[in-house]
Amino acid sequence: MRKRNRITAFDVLNWLFLALVALACIIPFITVIGTSLVSQEEWSRRSAFVLFPEKIDFSAYRVLLGNSQIVFRGLLNSVERVLIGTACNLLVTITYAYVISRKRLPGRIFLTYVLFFTMIFNGGLIPTYILVDSLRLTNSFWALVLPTLLNPWWLLIMRNFFAAIPEEFEEAAVIDGAKPTMILVQLILPMSLASVATIGLFYAVHHWNEWFAAFIYINDGQKLPLQVILRSILIQGLMTESDAVVDIRTMPPSQSIKNALIVITTLPILMVYPFVQRYFVKGVMVGGIKG
Amino acid sequence: MTAVKSMGFFHALKKYRAYYLLALPGLLYLLIFRYVPMAGLVIAFKDISPFSGIQGILTQPFVGFRWFQKFFHSYYFWNILGNTIGIRLQWILFGFPVPIILALSLNEVMSGGYKRVIQTVSYIPYFFSSVVVAGLVMTILTTEGGLVNNILRLLGREPVMFLASPKYFRSILVVTYIWQGAGWGSIVYLAAITGIDPQLYESAGLDGAGRFQKAVHITVPCIASIIVLLLILNIGNLLEAGFEIIFLLYSEPVYKVADVIDTYVYRSGLIGMQYSFATAVGLFKSIVAMILLILADFTAKRLDQPGLF
Repeated sequence: MRKRNRITAFDVLNWLFLALVALACIIPFITVIGTSLVSQEEWSRRSAFVLFPEKIDFSAYRVLLGNSQIVFRGLLNSVERVLIGTACNLLVTITYAYVISRKRLPGRIFLTYVLFFTMIFNGGLIPTYILVDSLRLTNSFWALVLPTLLNPWWLLIMRNFFAAIPEEFEEAAVIDGAKPTMILVQLILPMSLASVATIGLFYAVHHWNEWFAAFIYINDGQKLPLQVILRSILIQGLMTESDAVVDIRTMPPSQSIKNALIVITTLPILMVYPFVQRYFVKGVMVGGIKG
Repeated sequence: MTAVKSMGFFHALKKYRAYYLLALPGLLYLLIFRYVPMAGLVIAFKDISPFSGIQGILTQPFVGFRWFQKFFHSYYFWNILGNTIGIRLQWILFGFPVPIILALSLNEVMSGGYKRVIQTVSYIPYFFSSVVVAGLVMTILTTEGGLVNNILRLLGREPVMFLASPKYFRSILVVTYIWQGAGWGSIVYLAAITGIDPQLYESAGLDGAGRFQKAVHITVPCIASIIVLLLILNIGNLLEAGFEIIFLLYSEPVYKVADVIDTYVYRSGLIGMQYSFATAVGLFKSIVAMILLILADFTAKRLDQPGLF
């Protein structure tokens, strides 16, 4: 046996340490799944924290997805936001990133600085809120899309992807008389599908998880995304500003209903996560510490 | 470039108009949603409220630095500034080393499969929304059957309302931040470790260095520059205390230790409707944050690092 393959006490301790880290990362979520599947009877009998329920009971999910229009509505709103929001984000990010990645384009320095300055200074919450309000976007779906139409950090990551493509490809196309839009669509994009997918996933996760914009801009309970509904139900009892959950309020949400909603909100992320994980990691690596 | 300069602005505009048209949506977005709010900062120097109508932004007279003075002289100034910086420093102190340790530990795992599983699992919390994370924290800490209070009960102790306790609130916050970000944060260090020349380890092995010694004397020095850079970046973000999680978890009993600049801007501006005052507080934060970031970048470059920008 070669020396480097020998398993030492150091290895065992290291494995144990990492196993504990991994457990610490998922145990909270497993208890949430456990609690979401507990029946009312078992909950009051054990009156304790439940990791694995004795009997699996789906009634919390039935209440949330069957009886409660608001959760189903929220789910649809969130899906709509992810699809339309991400498409808009990508369109604007790709075009701008492509233009500032052209090394010999006059004005590209100016366009880069216009973008760059927004990374170190911003108007802040109140002026942005007043702007959205003055544009009559309050209570509209577009209040969730337009104010964050592009993320400067992710745009710069994409710019770096585009800039890494050798210029000879484009020069040949220009000589053949291709227009910039055609070059972007037919030449650059097919060569950077992985990076476009990466940035698209960043945007999609952002739209699925984001709640504060919806919380301050949307008053109509019918238009709220799932995260805001989850927040109202979680906080209920601590605060009383949740007018969005009228039909659930008539029946006091037990721990399992709250936990079932956490599961419903997180499940889409967890389902796609194993497949897209490597893209995320790649995005971070390429963006380096600046992403 | 000289050829370009002599070409003239309008000529370039015409020749490259297809490119400029492509950049137009992004440019319009930046101007409307990023630069117009910057111009809107002028309300920090006027007296605007939703009741007087926001058209007052143009017509109202300037009131100078009235709102800044009000803020600097109020009880809240030192309280929220102390809380913001205090939470961030606590976060750096306890949280900054964690991803480094995690990366070093992962680097020592020989089995590729085990390493991948641990990495995959440790990145998961990063993808949870802040609402879900806050929900997990509440579930674990609740007095109605939460994990921690059940352990306390088994030990014969009284249940504790952790989230309403000024004694525990900040520690809960910092642990939550570390829990959510440590796995993801280790990626950058792992990437840096991958770039280390294997010959360094081999020659150290010939000199009789053990695994632990190699980690301390080769791996850590080799990633020192990225450690320093991230530390500087962290200090540049001194005024970011993690608005969303605080906002979701805090309540009046813990305002004294948990109220930060961002939560105060939200409450005074959108709840209290003091648009001008809240904008002044936010502007104070933006300016200090910008100065900190520029200083951080300057420091990084003085240390021969690539810098932040």
